[in-house]
Amino acid sequence: MTPVSAPASAAPPASSPWPARLRGLLGTLFSLAATLLGLMFVTFIIGRVVPIDPVLAIVGERATEAQIAAVRADLGLDLPLWQQFFIFVGNALQGDLGTSIRTGEPVLEAVSRAFPATLELATLATIFGVIAGVPAGVLAATRPGTLADHIVRLVGLMGYSMPVFWLGLIGLLLFYGILDWVGGPGRLDAMFEMQFQFEVTPYTGMILLDTALAGKWDMFANALSHIILPAALLGYVSMAYISRMTRSFMMNELSQEYITTARVKGMPEWRVIWVHAMRNVLVPLITVIALSYAYLLEGSVLTETIFAWPGLGSYITDALMVNDMPAVLGGTIVVGVAFVTLNLLSDLLYKLVDPRAR
Amino acid sequence: MFMEPTLRRAGMAAAAALMLTAAPAALLAETPADTLVIADAIDDIVSLDPHEAYEFSGLDVVNNVYDGLIELDPSQPTGPQPGLAESWSVSEDGMTFTFKMKSGITFSSGNPVTAADAAFSLQRAVKINKSPAFILNQFGWTAENVEQMVTAEGDTVTLKTDKAYAPTFLYNCLTAGVASVVDMKVVMEHDANGDMGNEWLKTNSAGTGAYILRSYKPNEGYILQAREGHWRGDAPMKSVFMRHVPEAATQRLLLEKGDIDIARELTPVDIEGITGNADLKIQKDVGGQIFYLSFNQKNELYKNQKFLEAMRYAIDYKGLAETVLKGSMVPHQAFLPNGYLGALEDTPFSFDVEKAKAALAESGVTDPKIVMDVRNATDRMEMAQSIQNTFGQVGITVELNIGEGAEQLKRYRARQHDATLQSWGPDYPDPQTNAGSFAWNDNNADDAGTGTLAWRNAYDPGPLNDLTAAAVMERDGEKRAAMYRDLQEQHRTTSPFIVMFQIGYNSAMRSNVNAFYTGGAIDSAAYWLVTK
Repeated sequence: MTPVSAPASAAPPASSPWPARLRGLLGTLFSLAATLLGLMFVTFIIGRVVPIDPVLAIVGERATEAQIAAVRADLGLDLPLWQQFFIFVGNALQGDLGTSIRTGEPVLEAVSRAFPATLELATLATIFGVIAGVPAGVLAATRPGTLADHIVRLVGLMGYSMPVFWLGLIGLLLFYGILDWVGGPGRLDAMFEMQFQFEVTPYTGMILLDTALAGKWDMFANALSHIILPAALLGYVSMAYISRMTRSFMMNELSQEYITTARVKGMPEWRVIWVHAMRNVLVPLITVIALSYAYLLEGSVLTETIFAWPGLGSYITDALMVNDMPAVLGGTIVVGVAFVTLNLLSDLLYKLVDPRAR
Repeated sequence: MFMEPTLRRAGMAAAAALMLTAAPAALLAETPADTLVIADAIDDIVSLDPHEAYEFSGLDVVNNVYDGLIELDPSQPTGPQPGLAESWSVSEDGMTFTFKMKSGITFSSGNPVTAADAAFSLQRAVKINKSPAFILNQFGWTAENVEQMVTAEGDTVTLKTDKAYAPTFLYNCLTAGVASVVDMKVVMEHDANGDMGNEWLKTNSAGTGAYILRSYKPNEGYILQAREGHWRGDAPMKSVFMRHVPEAATQRLLLEKGDIDIARELTPVDIEGITGNADLKIQKDVGGQIFYLSFNQKNELYKNQKFLEAMRYAIDYKGLAETVLKGSMVPHQAFLPNGYLGALEDTPFSFDVEKAKAALAESGVTDPKIVMDVRNATDRMEMAQSIQNTFGQVGITVELNIGEGAEQLKRYRARQHDATLQSWGPDYPDPQTNAGSFAWNDNNADDAGTGTLAWRNAYDPGPLNDLTAAAVMERDGEKRAAMYRDLQEQHRTTSPFIVMFQIGYNSAMRSNVNAFYTGGAIDSAAYWLVTK
């Protein structure tokens, strides 16, 4: 028999990862772009269909019809909707998110100031949430039905169900008003805030980082005393979610056969849980943490309001209240980009922790 | 315990570390002796250019950073006082005003203040034509003619007007923020694309006021720094730090802890809560905003004077002010707020069911029904519900049409409402500001589009039009005040407007803070006199 040889024009070996990776990358980028465009479209349309005239909000109630028409033309609001949308997208792609109707400030400038404040708070809150939530979830999963489990679940339930503004006010009253353990609302005390504005270069807009970079440790400590309570509060809400999900994922893993095998082989319990089971729990947990982080990055409006925290949530909400659509759209795009970026990051992390996803 | 011992120790260590880091820093929290720290909601600021600023918070800054030719005394803002001008006079024909400048005053840049700066400033305000420019346009000044109407020579500024207006009308308008004097040289150095430095001045200052604007971040706050050797004498507070704190409960907590000196946005409940606290005090004052009901006379029902009278006696002014509004508003029943030239302080109408029923019977109207537009704000809705209730007791059915403010304003401007609960804030410190809107409508046609409040309610003031026009030309100040009193007396008994309240200010402050003036109804806050 004549041996059959492979044709010379055969496709490259399937094991070469590049075309597949390239396709994957292109697909991801395409879906990111589509998501952002969709987000812009929906927000834009909502902003235009609300029965409120943005021009009236600018010119005030004394303006004449001629002044109203002039401002309408200035803002391009007399153009067809589709044209307004394309102008908006075109400008956004060039980094121009428009000018806030309310403050007359470029939206990009305002958002670049508000976003780091939210990022700082959300990051610290998520760190708190993970540090407390994951061990609590594991504790509850490994001791189901015990008092520990009940306490974790009760604490989690409280985090879910108690209104965050109430928790915030009570927290402020107790830890700031009565016990004097933490700094009050705002990102710094008045004295430090004035010093910060004149003595520290805001490289990142995150006060903890900027004061550390400038070596202003007294200011850093004061900033920490201010952020700790809102971060702990948001961290608590985040912890409630993370601990419940960790518990559920971990219980599921612990019922798997490979866990029984590991235990039968005499592996120490901590290793069974924290190494073997946790590696599998991590995959869905990354999504949970990323979602929780993204939720906080939208800016927790009520927390920001109570703690006089000049973040993205209060920026968008205040803008919404006065129908300042450029500001709302700009803020929403930043939130959208943050969401999409986090999604991308969690995808990358999957691949790191789960070889099957590579 | 259910925690692993190692975890428990780690947790305690972390908690201890947090407290050690946080607590000492927190205890530092108190305001420095030479710094005034204020909390307010300042998200209304659009610009800090004095010729553009037109919102309460922005005008507070302008008042402390700039001066005008003539000004109001913050401790008693009743009439014009010398500002940058030491004296002024008006010509026989009443159309030329001359102001002699004080000497030796400098801008924060060190440049001396000249008559040329003063003339340039008024010209600039008209030329850049921002929201408050109309206050000056009233004197016949336009971008085209203002260089001829406003001139400077030596140490004298000359202002010409197109008609012989009441001198008090001009003087009062010159105390508004839009008439502030800016440093011509510095402003024009920052001219960009012919904007006369507008973009730069939105967040910077170039004035003669007691303070310099050091920093402003929208929705975060601003910092003012006192000038040394100021012509009025150095301000006791070397710095003023305004923090944007939108939430009243948060402001209250900051004040109670001593982290701020003054809280300007406390709710009536918060004010009640801090009453009796020896460390704090409350300063009561009134602002310029008035709250009124108005009825669209396209509906013939609202031309019936007896029916209007019935409604005037069907509102529980006192009860509302004391219970629902808890001091956030005070009863007031004429269109000029207290503090204005010619304001009427008496309140002739009170809640009287019998009187209202009698007037309704006399009106001949049976089973009247009113649809009242109300903004979806808590205080407005509470007010409206009370009115709905008391009108009901008289036999007038009220249906509330609650909606978003801008949408309701659109209906009001288009004369589509039946009745509406509204507020109105004066534009400048002269009675013409409200008289010209509440009692002026010289063309009641739908397409006239004059936009005055009288027009929006299809109200033809008839003889009150003439009275309004005459009052703004009256050269004798006393006579002019009497004319406005007469105008309001007639207006409140014949027009389809029921003015009910004037806004109250409750500024809460640490008990060591003194001489803080909010500016009341006609001026803005003054920080340069404050001590603590």
